[in-house]
Amino acid sequence: MTTAAVPMRERENYLNQEYGIKSWLLTTDHKRIALLYLLSITFFFFIGGFFALLIRLELLTPAGDLVQADTYNKLFTMHGQVMVFFFLIPAVPAVLGNFLIPIMIGAKDLAFPRVNLLSWYIFILGSALMLYTILNGGVDTGWTFYTPLSTEFLTTNVVAAAMAIFVVGFSSILTGLNFIVTIHRLRAPGMTWSRLPLFVWANYATSIIFVLGTPVLAISLALVGLERMFHLGIFDPRLGGDPLLFQHLFWFYSHPAVYVMILPGMGVVSEIVACFSHKRLFGYRFMALALIAIAVLGFLVWAHHMFVAGISLYAALIFSFFSYMVAIPSAIKVFNWTATLYKGSISYTTPMLYAFGFIGLFTMGGMTGLFVAALGVDVHVTDTYFIIAHFHYIMVGGMVMAYLGGMHFWWPKISGRMYPEGWGKLAALLIFIGFNLTFFPQFILGYMGMPRRYWQYSPEFQVLNVLSTAGASILAVGYLLPMVYFLWSMRYGKIADDNPWGAAGLEWMTTSPPTTSNFDEIPTVTWEAYNYDQLTEVPVERQ
Amino acid sequence: MSEHIASKKTYIVVWASLMCLTAATAGASYLELGHFNIVLALLIATCKATLVALIFMGVKYISQKMTWVVIVAGLFWLFILISLSMTDYISRSWR
Amino acid sequence: MSDSSPTLAAHQPGLQHHFATMEQQTDASVMGMWVFLVTEIMFFGGMFVGYMIYRYMYYGPWLEGSQHMDFWWGTINTAVLLCSSLTMALGVRASQLGQRRMLVTFLLITILFGLGFLGIKSIEYHGHWVDGQFPGANFRFSGPNPAQVELFFSFYWAMTGFHALHVLIGIGLVTYVVYRSWKGAYGPDYHNPVENVGLYWHFVDIVWIYLYPLLYLISHKHLSG
Repeated sequence: MTTAAVPMRERENYLNQEYGIKSWLLTTDHKRIALLYLLSITFFFFIGGFFALLIRLELLTPAGDLVQADTYNKLFTMHGQVMVFFFLIPAVPAVLGNFLIPIMIGAKDLAFPRVNLLSWYIFILGSALMLYTILNGGVDTGWTFYTPLSTEFLTTNVVAAAMAIFVVGFSSILTGLNFIVTIHRLRAPGMTWSRLPLFVWANYATSIIFVLGTPVLAISLALVGLERMFHLGIFDPRLGGDPLLFQHLFWFYSHPAVYVMILPGMGVVSEIVACFSHKRLFGYRFMALALIAIAVLGFLVWAHHMFVAGISLYAALIFSFFSYMVAIPSAIKVFNWTATLYKGSISYTTPMLYAFGFIGLFTMGGMTGLFVAALGVDVHVTDTYFIIAHFHYIMVGGMVMAYLGGMHFWWPKISGRMYPEGWGKLAALLIFIGFNLTFFPQFILGYMGMPRRYWQYSPEFQVLNVLSTAGASILAVGYLLPMVYFLWSMRYGKIADDNPWGAAGLEWMTTSPPTTSNFDEIPTVTWEAYNYDQLTEVPVERQ
Repeated sequence: MSEHIASKKTYIVVWASLMCLTAATAGASYLELGHFNIVLALLIATCKATLVALIFMGVKYISQKMTWVVIVAGLFWLFILISLSMTDYISRSWR
Repeated sequence: MSDSSPTLAAHQPGLQHHFATMEQQTDASVMGMWVFLVTEIMFFGGMFVGYMIYRYMYYGPWLEGSQHMDFWWGTINTAVLLCSSLTMALGVRASQLGQRRMLVTFLLITILFGLGFLGIKSIEYHGHWVDGQFPGANFRFSGPNPAQVELFFSFYWAMTGFHALHVLIGIGLVTYVVYRSWKGAYGPDYHNPVENVGLYWHFVDIVWIYLYPLLYLISHKHLSG
């Protein structure tokens, strides 16, 4: 906007307006809270990654030589719980969503800034409980807390872990509530629903799941806690209670939660693809509706996790049918991204590489999802490595790719500095290669019949497991790189322009980094989203 | 802002009806209706809940249409939870 | 407080800086409260769906368990909560009219009713405890199907327990609002917190409206005594 020659350091922004630990811990600025979340979830990403590392090392050889069976149970349990509840679910909404949604809709803050801060503190309380669980010897129920294993047979920290996730759930609920109200009530003049960026739509869809699903998880974990502590027998088979009821309640949230772990990523990728194709996103309306459709349909499919657990065949048929329905909006999204690329002027920047990775890997993950939604095939692959590979293609190949893509895309806005593009591309490439090397062999392993959650396996599976472990090491390097160069760039990176990518969207019309109140004057929106036909200038950063 | 303020009388009438309905549901439990006991009890409870929501919580007077959408969405999702779970339990070939 | 925005109207002390108008702020706040109540519907919904499934599977034992509810205390408690809802509604009305004394008085009565409810509930709880009707090692039941009756009591304790917890939180919130009202924080222009606490209170009342027939009134033969 203004001349880029003005040294950015001198400009007032949300980072330099106030200093000191207190100005961060008591802030109500959504951008600062986003950074608090960024720190917290990065911490948990590395804890979860550490568990993953140990898992892969154990599986290097067929014998159970590195850790005991019990330890291994704890490793995969805590890997799952930490990664799902403390990294993936808050990753895009609580960091990028928190930072960007108010700016994207032209507001000064979220509707309830203090509630936003509260939700971070609740997250920290949950984190403390989780850390206590980990340090106190861990928990080995599997991340799903299935009863009666969790209520009867284990003596480890089930209550503490359940409480940690119960508490963190409230953090998600408050974030979702805040987003919904903000998007409804704080849009700038002229920012109609059909002009909202898809990132905002995606977070809206995610918030619906937060608000409607998370309380059911909360109550099911609370009931597990009551059963352990006070011997109430809600799921106790000896009293005629039905352990499957727990699974129904758990998956009523936890399947939609899978969509919490992909919808925001779809929002990120939509922004990146449109920007680096320099083109209006193909089929905007369908894209927005598909996001909402995935969120809603996501609530109708939960029992496909229970096909072999003993639910009735008729119920299984219904849930299988709805599971196939989810493929329709998902396919709409993939086709529309592809159509956006068609005849676009594409720049192969780091965020775009991540977006390409996302589209390909999400498609793989989604297609294998159809395999396991089929009642017959599911019997063969349930609880094998096929499932592990399938959901890691969605969660890691999809969501983590999108999260990193988004971090690179908006890093200039967040920090006011450019990351080093060459290193960025290298890391993106390493992650893509490492990811596929880690998880593609697991599809084959699963199909061959290697069960999940065992610390030993038959020797004929070793070659593929070694490949997988080798891939995981590459992946680890790929994840460490951005961590290093993001930190480096905060001090030494090139000063970022207000709009280094030549992107459309209100966040690029304010300064980098934005001021505390985001805009000097609330903008009035008179254009559609992704009006790339009206933006001709292509800045140097993307060539 | 212009908000509707209900009269004291309205509130007291609603409260009196709620008390009557409570007496009715307590009395109805003495009737021998078999499985219709639960239907009647839930019907009365829903009447009471509707009264509380419409008048005490002011849904009837509220100007935002959005509130209705939010409430209906909540009830609809509860319906999804109950009905889809029940598809399993009512059609199991084993107990 | 925060006054960075030049558009802030000086005569609206309750207006936060990121809202353009008071109306927008109130709208947002009311909507936020309703969305929160929806999460509460789903929270209790999880227990209601469990209740429905088991009641469908074990109707006989649940009928039996319901015989051991205290019909009169349950009914009186329903009345107490309905009365508290009335005083809460009148309190909110007083805040809309800017009648500070009335507001404080009605809210204090509401708190009393809430405490009364919890008092009666604890009398009931004590009775059940003494009679060995708390699930676990000390559960005693001599009739048929003791296991499934224990399941019924598990639901009774969990559902009413979580409800009582909500009443307790409600009392805390009302107390805070009483304190703020006493300080004169609310008037005809700004009384949104009173309204939201009212919404919460009425919602907790609605949950009880369903719990009462589902737990106390399954059967029609309250003849045991």
